[in-house]
Amino acid sequence: MLIELGHFALILAFVIAIIQAVLGLIYWRSDVRIANFVRSAAIWQFILISFSFMSVVYAFVVSDFSLSLAYQHSYSLQPLIYKITAVWGNHEGSILLWVLILVLFSAAVAVFGRDLPRQLRTLVLAVQGILGAAFMGFSIFTSNPFARLDPAPFEGTDLNPILQDIGLAIHPPLLYLGYVGFSVCFSFAIAALISGKIDAAWARWVRPWTVVSWVFLTLGNAMGSYWAYYELGWGGWWFWDPVENSSFMPWLVGTALMHSAIVMEKRNALKIWTIFLAIMTFSLSLLGAFLVRSGILTSVHTFASDPTRGLVLLALLGVSIGAAFTIFAIRAPSLRAGGLFAPISREGALVLNNLFLATATAAILVGTLYPLILDALMGARISVGAPFFDLTFGVLMVPLLIVLPFGAFLGWKRADLIAVTQRLAGAAGLALLIAIVIFMLTGAEIRLAPLGVFLGFWVAFGSMADLIYRSKFGKIALGESLKRLFGLSKSIWSTALAHFGVGVTVIGIVIVSAWESENITTMKVGESVDLAGYSIKFTVADERQGPNYTISHFEFDVMAKNGKVRQVVSEKRVYMASSMPTTEAGILTYGFSQLYVAVGDADEEGVQVVRIWHKPYILLIWIGTLFMAGAGFLSLSNRKARVGVPKQAKAKRAKAKVNKSKAKTNKGSA
Amino acid sequence: MNFKKLFLAFSLVFSLLTPIAAFAVLPSEILDDPVLEERARDLSKNLRCLVCQNQNIDESDAPLAADLRVLVRERLIAGDSNKQVIDYVVARYGEYVLLNPVLGPHTIILWTAMPIILLGGGIFLFFLVKRRKKTGKSISLSKEEKAALAELEKHDV
Repeated sequence: MLIELGHFALILAFVIAIIQAVLGLIYWRSDVRIANFVRSAAIWQFILISFSFMSVVYAFVVSDFSLSLAYQHSYSLQPLIYKITAVWGNHEGSILLWVLILVLFSAAVAVFGRDLPRQLRTLVLAVQGILGAAFMGFSIFTSNPFARLDPAPFEGTDLNPILQDIGLAIHPPLLYLGYVGFSVCFSFAIAALISGKIDAAWARWVRPWTVVSWVFLTLGNAMGSYWAYYELGWGGWWFWDPVENSSFMPWLVGTALMHSAIVMEKRNALKIWTIFLAIMTFSLSLLGAFLVRSGILTSVHTFASDPTRGLVLLALLGVSIGAAFTIFAIRAPSLRAGGLFAPISREGALVLNNLFLATATAAILVGTLYPLILDALMGARISVGAPFFDLTFGVLMVPLLIVLPFGAFLGWKRADLIAVTQRLAGAAGLALLIAIVIFMLTGAEIRLAPLGVFLGFWVAFGSMADLIYRSKFGKIALGESLKRLFGLSKSIWSTALAHFGVGVTVIGIVIVSAWESENITTMKVGESVDLAGYSIKFTVADERQGPNYTISHFEFDVMAKNGKVRQVVSEKRVYMASSMPTTEAGILTYGFSQLYVAVGDADEEGVQVVRIWHKPYILLIWIGTLFMAGAGFLSLSNRKARVGVPKQAKAKRAKAKVNKSKAKTNKGSA
Repeated sequence: MNFKKLFLAFSLVFSLLTPIAAFAVLPSEILDDPVLEERARDLSKNLRCLVCQNQNIDESDAPLAADLRVLVRERLIAGDSNKQVIDYVVARYGEYVLLNPVLGPHTIILWTAMPIILLGGGIFLFFLVKRRKKTGKSISLSKEEKAALAELEKHDV
């Protein structure tokens, strides 16, 4: 009964979304009643879809296998957490999650957008309504999660064992929050094009939504990478897999969007470009959904796909992107170009950033789609894999990373490159020194690695240099400098921290790529091997029982250089319902480095194949992304950027202005 | 029932695709000569496991990938250059096996897309700047802009 109510709630929300879209688009100029209706419609959809989603979750939790979806993807002995995550570990459920997050964002616009200009808000929610209706329709007509089985089977068939991991609880929801969050930017862009009103205030509304989505997408991608790293059992952390690419592309364009929205907000420039990026970012999210969900690619990440749904998704994709760019083509020329700036300026640097990020996205897009298109048009089968992407992406990132520290240092409108270079000399010197020392310690055998290390440290130090310069370290008393440092605005801090994170990630990537080592060997219990200064002793091999799987359990004692011994467990599991095996690698963390132990098959005499990696500084890759995401949160806590605030804050700010303004005159004019 | 068939197909595809238990390069495959082995590993990273999705043969545990790894090593021992090994594998398995596509008439767009986009974007920006210079508009801050900027930056803090 609950399931049927959930189904009904979804259909009701679908109808409301259509009404919201139609009324909103026709009557957005007219009176307050329509605006109020559209607002409450958005909130009601969220309530209805939440109920709908919870009804499915409930069926999974109580193992109601009369629900076809639960029968296919759950199992009564599965731990509770995986019963819940199994809801979105499949096609139908993940579309429902997508819809839930979409209406969550619409409701957030309705609630937090109280102070938005009424017409803009109504238009934004109308466009959200179109998107909502499209995906609810997709769910209802092609991917119904509420289908029943009669008679109900006694037992389910288990969730794919690879997905029975905490990663599934975190990764898809984060990714979807990012993907779908960009729908708000998309709707704002369409609303601006329809109404013809686009100004700095518009950018001020859009930027927080961009940052929120970007933060989630950053975390989602990082989490996905870490999950693949520890779960897939061969120690890789990025594969340039088409599925990864389809969540990496929105991230790259979203990063460009975030930067160009800053230019637009502060300098009223790059309007048309910002609108274009807003449309592009969500379009790539949709493309990602299409690629993953249509079954056009079948890769390690695609846990559900059905080609018959592909056409519907493709139509959905084509219509929404086509319509968006048609409106863009018609309306964009009428937008007035904004403020002018010299090539050497903060704006100029951000344009360069956008050029490189957009090109990188295009390169990945071409590389991802090319084999599909070539196959379809000419029947020729080629592969485009990691070596291609490493090369094309790497070539683009080098200049971007070289220029990055300059960007944040340059002043708006017109800047003095020589002065900025002088201020960055210290950071460059320090980075160079580190690169040279590493080069001398390790020898020249690793090509380009010292250059990569230099770039990473250059970006990390260069972004900190801005903070140090602004707080005048060495020029005034230390205490005074510290006071200045912590008095710097949140936007300056978040810029520095995010860029610092980029540097940290680069350092991690370069070091682990260049200096990782491995030992592939066969071992018997009692034997030891050495790797990178660690001594690894095989101590235990036995069979055990998990909740819904059997375990081949292996233990190793790892002795580090300092003589300390730690134990690591590596497992192979065979899941009962599907009799599918998985590997649970044993991972020991030493500082930022990790030792990764995976066990393979045993031969006839019981000798075990063991593969051990030493991954130096690999954690820096993900720590860097945490800095980026943290910086995003920090910039959101900036009062100015918060979504619903301006009205109440104005009065306070006016008062504060009097006291504060004098002290801040040097800010931003560097 | 339809979904059952679907699910079966699913799990079948999945069991083929997912990297499981056993792995990649096996101790028995490793060559005694470290230089040759290093070359074999480098070559393997550029060859696709044909029955997997987007996995190179160095990382794949599929039997076919193991065969290919052994084949690469046999050719190396026979004295082939890296290029000869690649040519040999491509002759047997087709271009699909290369993770780094060759440059040819059918891949010209793939390889030139990135430089063209970057160059095109760069040239576009260059002319945009040049045109702006010609229009002769002053690009120092106007009074209103200064005021607006100062206003914005105050709020920043």
